Amino acid sequence: MPEVILKVENLYKSYGELTVLNGISFQVRQGETTVIIGTSGTGKSTLLTCINLITPPDKGRIWLEEIEITDPKTDINLVRSSIGMVFQHFNLFTHLTVLDNVRLGLTVVKKIPKDRATAISIEKLNLVGLADKLNSYPAQLSGGQQQRVSIARALAMDPKLILFDEPTSALDPELIGEVLNVMVKLAESGMTMVVVSHEMGFARAVANDIIFMENGIIVEEGDPETMFHHSRNPRTQEFLHKITELYGGRPK
Amino acid sequence: MSFLELTWNILPKLLEGTAITIELTLIAITIGILMGIPVALGRVYGNKSIYTICTFFVEIIRGTPLLTQLFILYFGLPSIGIMLSPFKAALIGMGINSAAYQAEYFRGAIQSVKEEQLIAAYSLGMRQGQAIRYIVLPQMFRLVIPSWSNELIYLLKYSSMAYMIQAPEIMSQGRLIASRNFRTFEVFIVVALIYLVLVLVLSKLLDLMERRFSIPGL
Repeated sequence: MPEVILKVENLYKSYGELTVLNGISFQVRQGETTVIIGTSGTGKSTLLTCINLITPPDKGRIWLEEIEITDPKTDINLVRSSIGMVFQHFNLFTHLTVLDNVRLGLTVVKKIPKDRATAISIEKLNLVGLADKLNSYPAQLSGGQQQRVSIARALAMDPKLILFDEPTSALDPELIGEVLNVMVKLAESGMTMVVVSHEMGFARAVANDIIFMENGIIVEEGDPETMFHHSRNPRTQEFLHKITELYGGRPK
Repeated sequence: MSFLELTWNILPKLLEGTAITIELTLIAITIGILMGIPVALGRVYGNKSIYTICTFFVEIIRGTPLLTQLFILYFGLPSIGIMLSPFKAALIGMGINSAAYQAEYFRGAIQSVKEEQLIAAYSLGMRQGQAIRYIVLPQMFRLVIPSWSNELIYLLKYSSMAYMIQAPEIMSQGRLIASRNFRTFEVFIVVALIYLVLVLVLSKLLDLMERRFSIPGL
């Protein structure tokens, strides 16, 4: 079995009276894809942003390999540079070209010389099929293209894992496929991924592990076969039934 | 003497004043930028004491008339032993005054840079300073151009206040000429026209700048 790369232990997060994460524990193994599902407002996105401490958790511990992220002595910027993040709304830098969007982290954070950073960026943009858009600006691209740029931006940093926060939720239906295809390719290439998504087709096809969250806790966790066909929990069954009706077996 | 002849005769003196006006305006706007950006950053990202100091500065300067500020600098400071030439007093007064207004324009621009871009920058491992330098400031400069253009035009016209502390700018020259030839009406019509030409040229330049720096697709 591959070794554990991410370990989350007993994570709590509240906003005032509202408890968003109510004791979350899970592990992600090297090269595996974990898909987190659940109704909106159940803390899935908060969980992702807690992992790189963009949202500081109230309680609980997180390890990336043997580094404890939640240890105050840990250099959080260093940790963040090795965790890729892909957002629902792409969060591209609007004033920079596609190439600069991907390259900035390399030159500024990793201090890689510009010509090498350029080569890496072009390689990653090639991987997501956008090598012909180097000098375009985000606002000149479709949503699907923007999301692929943001995946390239994450990849360029050579991350140990990538977190995807509803990467296709803001896309027009006809643009979802191109993003999912890239993600499938990534998963198959052995990238470790944690994906919050409603794309059941994607989950079925590539997830090693599906986590069903509700009200800040993990209701059930298992491989796709177990979750889709042998779930023991009525809430999981009900949710999966509804969501599959809605989102179905969309593109592989 | 016809209006044209009169204009021809007084123009050299007025243009001397115009040069001073332009100099005052350009140096003051630069002082305003150099002070305004840190003040704006302090108001947005500063800790409590930095925020308080910056806010205090902005409120005091915006809450008092430029003319009063110029009088304090030029007529007031000598009583505590600081003597400024009219030109220097005008420069400092206008620069500080503009800094307070520009700080507010810059602050507005900083705050309209999307928070999600900062989250993306931090997620890449950038420190706050890096995110400000590479993400916030480049966008701030673009976003601020329209309101900043107004400030430059206001400042050019408000530089006429420097006349009140005897800085030899265009209004002073006009007043001097009018007191000798008693053609007050014509003299100030010419002064007004010079201001108008300056403003129109500036607007055009600023407009070009705004287009030059616009982000494609946005």
